Amino acid sequence: MSLGIGLDWAPLWLTLRLALCTTVLLLLFGVPFSYWLAHTRTRWKPVFETLVGMPLVLPPSVLGFYLLLAFSPQHAFGQWMEQTVHLSLVFSFAGLVLGSLIFSLPFMVQPLQAGFQNLPASLLEASRTLGEPDMVSLFRVLLPNMKPALLTGIVLSFAHAIGEFGVVLMIGGNIPGVTRVASLAIYDEVESLHYAEANAYAAVLFGMSFAILLAVHLLKKRWAGKGGVP
Amino acid sequence: MIEFSFQAQLFGADGPMAFDASGRLQSGEFAALFGPSGAGKTTLLRFLAGLSKPRTGRLVVDGAVWFDSAQGLDLPPQRRAIGFVFQDHALFPNMTVRENVAYALAKGEAAWLEELLDVCGLANLRDRLPDTLSGGQKQRVALARALARKPRLLLLDEPLSALDLRLRLQLQDELRSLHQRFGLTTLMVSHDLGEVFKLAHKVLRIEGGRVVQAGSPAALFLHEESAGRLNLQAQVLEVRRDDVVYTISLLVGADIIDVVASNEEAQAMQVGETVFLAAKSFNPLLFRHR
Repeated sequence: MSLGIGLDWAPLWLTLRLALCTTVLLLLFGVPFSYWLAHTRTRWKPVFETLVGMPLVLPPSVLGFYLLLAFSPQHAFGQWMEQTVHLSLVFSFAGLVLGSLIFSLPFMVQPLQAGFQNLPASLLEASRTLGEPDMVSLFRVLLPNMKPALLTGIVLSFAHAIGEFGVVLMIGGNIPGVTRVASLAIYDEVESLHYAEANAYAAVLFGMSFAILLAVHLLKKRWAGKGGVP
Repeated sequence: MIEFSFQAQLFGADGPMAFDASGRLQSGEFAALFGPSGAGKTTLLRFLAGLSKPRTGRLVVDGAVWFDSAQGLDLPPQRRAIGFVFQDHALFPNMTVRENVAYALAKGEAAWLEELLDVCGLANLRDRLPDTLSGGQKQRVALARALARKPRLLLLDEPLSALDLRLRLQLQDELRSLHQRFGLTTLMVSHDLGEVFKLAHKVLRIEGGRVVQAGSPAALFLHEESAGRLNLQAQVLEVRRDDVVYTISLLVGADIIDVVASNEEAQAMQVGETVFLAAKSFNPLLFRHR
């Protein structure tokens, strides 16, 4: 698929797909996990919180390296995935999504956990005394009153998945149409001295990120104006 | 009838405390839970509601066992027919007044919803969000919501403590008429003796995690607080000298009273301290308000 200056749009579509998959899966996992993390009294809580936060400080190449080892069919996890789930994780889109999930975890979990913790405990308790199961309380009371935290988690995860480079390079291997996302394509084009193409990819990513963040700020401002739990 | 007995180890502001409270409430009774802060009043309400779990104990409501540690039985709050009014109201900020009250109601109960909104004086506020309401209005919404499921036991955790005196008196009247109308067994935490006298048939006095006294408000308070004499708690606002005598201004409730004092008495008073204003063998005149 070529357009205008002969730009290959595949990396951009792939990036978008990766970011969407990552965000949706993270949201599905992040809501129950953050809820648990916010309310648990286990003494292992600091360990879980540290593990969740690790991707913030680890060099992406370190994480990517260990994920590459883990995904490899020569090791237990990768072998099990290939033989039982029939999913090859090395140099594949599925592996990219899994790596991206782990790497973006803190960007979803931390805002959601803070969101749950900021809600007064009496909200959930009131809902319980009114006879509603916790699942109903979650969707009708808790989540609607932490919309800014949800939005922050979704946007940060999405934006981070778009910009991911190191982990993707390590476990994806830059295969066109399969694992070559936009951030890798930019690097490739620069290496081949195709500055115009690199500029096109970079400009699209820049514009997209700017538009997303702007939309978030405007939305938050609107919610703040209406009042409600921050 | 409601019978309870709870034992637990609490960790309060003053260190660990053994909680061991038991008592009974007659059906339809309005009972007050009276005692100093940290005595375990809110804890008792939470044990009754199933929001916290005592280490051992038993709770039987109208013949149905809600909690029994010996049998390992512990109904979750969802399955206990209770209404709970929280100190902070705990209104759902994302829902209007009507949605808050209707939250736990089935669709077919529209008539009951309208009646509740009407009785609690919320008909005109139905589409407002909780953030736009005053303290008294929030209190009414919390009360209406707690009544919505027609509970067997209504638990009120200092429902009126954050309100000013006028509003407080008005809501006390409303609470009383609601209680007369629905006849719910009610247990209310209160610090306010006037409130206790006005509303409660029975007082459970709780201190250091134990129910130390139970009985009618008159039996509990009248004999000790007054034996033919006036005894008021007051705060010293000002001590000033008028020629040869001193005048001390005292704050009693919301009223300021000036008292004449001798030199020695005046010297002993510190501005800001709490004192007792007592009058022996006096013959006061009582008038109706207005």
